[in-house]
Amino acid sequence: MSALLEIEKLEVDFAGRPAGSSTAAVRGASLAVERGETHCLVGESGCGKSVTALAVMNLLARGARRRARRLAFQGEDLQKLSDAGMAELRGNAMAMIFQEPMTSLNPAYTVGSQMTEVLRRHRRASQRAATDRAADLLARVGITAPGLRLGQFPHQLSGGLRQRVMIAMALMCDPQLLIADEPTTALDVTVQAQILRLLASLQRDLGLGLLLITHDLGIVARVATKVSVMYAGEVVESANTAQLFANPKHPYTQGLLRCVPVPGKIRRDQPLGSIPGTVPRIAPGFEGCAFRERCDFADETCRHVIPRHSAGAAHDFLCRLP
Amino acid sequence: MTAPAIEVRAARKTFRVRGGLLQADRHVVAVDDVSFAVPPGGVLGVVGESGCGKSTLARLILGLLAPDSGDIAVEGQRILDMDRKVRAQLIQPVFQDPFASLNPLAKVADIVAMPLSAQGSFRRAERTKRVDEMLARVGLTAEMGRRLPSELSGGQRQRVAIARALVLRPRIVVCDEPTSALDVSVQAQILNLLAELRRDLGLTYLFISHNLAVVEHVASEVAVMYLGRFVESAPTERLFGSPEHPYTKALLASVLTPEPGLGVPDVGLGDTLPDPANIPPGCRFHPRCPIAEPRCAVETPALKPRPAAGWSACWCLSGKSLARSWVATAK
Repeated sequence: MSALLEIEKLEVDFAGRPAGSSTAAVRGASLAVERGETHCLVGESGCGKSVTALAVMNLLARGARRRARRLAFQGEDLQKLSDAGMAELRGNAMAMIFQEPMTSLNPAYTVGSQMTEVLRRHRRASQRAATDRAADLLARVGITAPGLRLGQFPHQLSGGLRQRVMIAMALMCDPQLLIADEPTTALDVTVQAQILRLLASLQRDLGLGLLLITHDLGIVARVATKVSVMYAGEVVESANTAQLFANPKHPYTQGLLRCVPVPGKIRRDQPLGSIPGTVPRIAPGFEGCAFRERCDFADETCRHVIPRHSAGAAHDFLCRLP
Repeated sequence: MTAPAIEVRAARKTFRVRGGLLQADRHVVAVDDVSFAVPPGGVLGVVGESGCGKSTLARLILGLLAPDSGDIAVEGQRILDMDRKVRAQLIQPVFQDPFASLNPLAKVADIVAMPLSAQGSFRRAERTKRVDEMLARVGLTAEMGRRLPSELSGGQRQRVAIARALVLRPRIVVCDEPTSALDVSVQAQILNLLAELRRDLGLTYLFISHNLAVVEHVASEVAVMYLGRFVESAPTERLFGSPEHPYTKALLASVLTPEPGLGVPDVGLGDTLPDPANIPPGCRFHPRCPIAEPRCAVETPALKPRPAAGWSACWCLSGKSLARSWVATAK
């Protein structure tokens, strides 16, 4: 059986305002999300993680161009789907949770009306049935007094509660695939742990395929089944979680790992591991390794086509070094 | 003896929240009876969740808010008695969100020059020289000085905010969540920069974060804050090596280290969130505490000295140590 979500050689370009200055945001990225597993897409801001997710949902901004050798959900080719067909899938069989729950919930509508809209639209459910389902799900994501919360507006809720509402809303139509884009970045560490525990238990209990986007390898280690490390629009390393952390091959993966602060491991005033510089903006037609400007191991050969090496079963990486 | 760089004595700050129609006004106690001192060159890390009063504490120390009661002194002078310009030369802030704290219409060099212009006593040539030096010091090129904040990445923007804070050569910097809007890779760069600047310029920091792991690298001493109060404080190594207060332990447990297979820990705090407008009686932490006893809901524990150094406020701890000392004397 094919994977739940298959992405093969995905390319996304954004046309620049002065003609000819376009940006290649995603450059031949491939990954697959299986049913019942958590796949983490990890990388810094500007690496193309969110653009990949938006390309899957067909929610890219105007001016973006999407191409892929294959882009399929439950075996169905998403590139051939009409806008109406895509709208039928979104929020229904595939749902998305965004990073900032304050800006992604509508401030002018109550939690209840936003949650029930999904079910009324996709399933033609009655308001009463939809309200019952919304209350059930709010309770399921650990919100006490769901009846009260349904009548409240987003600004009356704390950040953690809003993110729980987003999760409950995404679950309204029993999705097969849940895409969570940095769901805990705006939250306190204590609330982050609670939300991630919740996502992990929902994923397990409902057998969801979860594509979790994050910049923090600390989170990846704790929740992922598989990991794809993304840099400047390319998947530069992918592996099973245990394998990736035991044997990180790409210098970028190694750099990201050094950045995670571990209590008790850092001496005061000793420099923390970091990656110098920032993610470059890449124009279409770029050749070679995009990480070379920031890499300690870079040399002349990094300006040319980079081979993909295998480091064991389901573990490969993109680097001139074997 | 030299005066502490920052000294706070029994500071208290409440806000009145207007109730709606037919609702009484409510009082939010943001900072309640907080006392501490930071020696010159020291770094106090203040850690706690959103709404615990950390940012209010930062504003009190910066003199942006007046306390209801208590005293706040910087280098021995009451902050509220100080002239605005003198204060700016002594203490400066770096805020959390470099997207919101920089004027989007001003060029980077003008943003950094603002504190100099506000003093009114620096000539143009001197201003330009200092701005260029400062930009280079925080790792930005002179070319970036001619850009707008929107043309910079989050990490670069935070470097601009740091340059602006340091351009008057203050001795104290209050950093309020300076890295929580940033990626982990950029966070490490900024933490390294702040540590380096502190060492080279002999600065004193008050460093606020919700993440214990972040302060370990920069702080010489850490205070854990819960609903307006300090519940534990100790020299950094001791706090991380032997945390005493159950809340400190929960904060440490919430740090997700890159160790696969461990899963996401249950930090044991339950689902009730602290509400600063509705502070529970007794120990404020008792509704979320995994080891709360009946006494905790009634009586407020005082700060008691930790072994060797520091303080913590918990009935269960003092109860245990009392029992132990009683056994020892009985023998």
